[in-house]
Amino acid sequence: MLEYAIAMQTEISKEAPFRYSPEALAEVQALTKKYPEGCAKSALLRALHIAQEENGGWLSLSAMDHVAEVLGLKPIEVYEVATFYSMYNLQPVGKYVLEFCHTGPCAIEGAERLIEYAQRTLGIRTGETTPDGMFTLKEVECLGACGYAPMMQVGEFYHEHLTEEKLAQFIEDCRAGKVNKGTWKMHQ
Amino acid sequence: MGRKLLLEHAHVPDIHTYEVYRRHGGYRSVEKALKTMTPDDVVEEVKKSGLRGRGGAGFPTGMKWSFLAKPEGVPRYLLCNADESEPGTFKDRYLMQHLPHLLIEGMIVSSYALGANTSYIYIRGEYTWLVFHLERAIAEAYVAGWLGKNILGTGYSLDLYVSPGAGAYICGEETALIESLEGKRGNPRIKPPFPAVKGLWQCPTVVNNVETLAAVVPIVNEGGDEYARVGIGRSTGTKLISACGNINKPGVYEIELGLPMEEFIYSDEWCGGIKGGKRLKACVPGGSSVPILPHHLVTKTANGEPRLMTYESLADGGFVSGSMLGSGGFIVYDEDQCIVRNTWNFTRFYRHESCGQCSPCREGTGWMEKVLWRLENGQGKMSDIDLLVDIAKKIEGNTICPLGDAAAWPVASAIRHFRDEFEWHVREPKLCLERNYGLAEDRMPVAEMQPA
Repeated sequence: MLEYAIAMQTEISKEAPFRYSPEALAEVQALTKKYPEGCAKSALLRALHIAQEENGGWLSLSAMDHVAEVLGLKPIEVYEVATFYSMYNLQPVGKYVLEFCHTGPCAIEGAERLIEYAQRTLGIRTGETTPDGMFTLKEVECLGACGYAPMMQVGEFYHEHLTEEKLAQFIEDCRAGKVNKGTWKMHQ
Repeated sequence: MGRKLLLEHAHVPDIHTYEVYRRHGGYRSVEKALKTMTPDDVVEEVKKSGLRGRGGAGFPTGMKWSFLAKPEGVPRYLLCNADESEPGTFKDRYLMQHLPHLLIEGMIVSSYALGANTSYIYIRGEYTWLVFHLERAIAEAYVAGWLGKNILGTGYSLDLYVSPGAGAYICGEETALIESLEGKRGNPRIKPPFPAVKGLWQCPTVVNNVETLAAVVPIVNEGGDEYARVGIGRSTGTKLISACGNINKPGVYEIELGLPMEEFIYSDEWCGGIKGGKRLKACVPGGSSVPILPHHLVTKTANGEPRLMTYESLADGGFVSGSMLGSGGFIVYDEDQCIVRNTWNFTRFYRHESCGQCSPCREGTGWMEKVLWRLENGQGKMSDIDLLVDIAKKIEGNTICPLGDAAAWPVASAIRHFRDEFEWHVREPKLCLERNYGLAEDRMPVAEMQPA
């Protein structure tokens, strides 16, 4: 137990301390104004999204503590929320997080084959990150694109009617530093 | 071609901007309601329209509104449930994408009817771009004077905000949504007290689906009686159906309630038939939670009457031979799909999304997933099938929120209608890894029924 605690301490001390940038801090403080007085906690979910974005895609302990401090909450109130919702990453992730939907309608359109293809191409299993820190592979539940299946989400972009070719192109684009927005404008 | 009450202008270019939306008759209902009607008049019109909740439960909206407690000096809230996460459902996303102002308009009128001065749209976190999309539209509405203080000089004030979630199906349940909006874990609350009495921050609250609130706009514009003329019986108005699966034309369709199922699936105007000329095997008509219908019960009920897209007709035969309209997530399966695998897939979803508060759901979904995985991979036993029925029965009705029921129904109904396929997986452990069972023989539905 003691060894575990020491290991955890060492692990935590390796994390870079997190603070919101001034713009993000102003944004979070503006968020709390949307809710009645004394209900600043309601801004927590979005405040965590902002922290995660600024912290390289994941929530470190330091980030969660900072959010708690800014919103005037106890750290545990932040931890329990961060561990409940699936969009918060509690481990470091790659630059691009490929989130494949694997629920019913996507599965009948071949999501499982596509995920296997991604695993083969990137050489990692679901939940892992490539050694160069570029890609993390995640399988997620229904993302509301059932009519345009199969699909993956990367950041805020949806890639629908996804095929192996499109996926290979996406990976290539990421490696070349090009922005690939997928089907971003498609349904507008 | 049926009447379109919501998506009439969805294909007009730039309809998501305020100017174009206003040019096409937008915000007329706000003028009408705020200037010529009292809040009670609006509630009365909604009651007359027979509008039923479009999120899944189908509860009459007017009645829900009339339950709202109105104590003096306590604020009331209207929440829009845009946490659409039911597998097969993507209609709210379509509506918010194309017609954000329709939702805003509906929320202004509904907030006025309920006497709410602050309203929130709780949207699922994955729809990141829609958060900004809606916030842009709301900013436009503020500039044009439809939101803010003293709207149209009537003395009525309303603030509207968007509040994103962070990835949890359970937050579509109204009390979990309220918890989440308060910045907590999305654990559903025990009812009573109902949100209408003690909801958001312990104040009276109404939670309505995106489509329900949007439907208030045509109701106020044209009158509740006129709206009630569309549809059949107690299923009035139009419904957005998001069709997906093995069909030629997946997408979001607005149908008049009462459309025959056969026409919806096979007509070129709607789904356009089964992809690749294959045969229909099964259909889930209202999102993954509702009971699955085998092919012989899709277009006809057990009595041989044509099955219609209404709350009543889809539920005809109860859970023995019927299903539910639910949220309108319409999933079609062709003859090559494996029902066991699909049931396993849905159960994995519910195991993942169970909040863990009630043991029957937390433990039961996990066990069902494991047993189904065993069956799917040819390692199952005959007794596993009855074990699944037993677990499903013990989850159903024994949880705080309906997620437990939603997890139990797909399993119970799949075994009820496709028991031969489950048994085949046990009898042919090698074969079931190589190919799918295909279509079962046509049989009389009632003679084959197993107790639920």
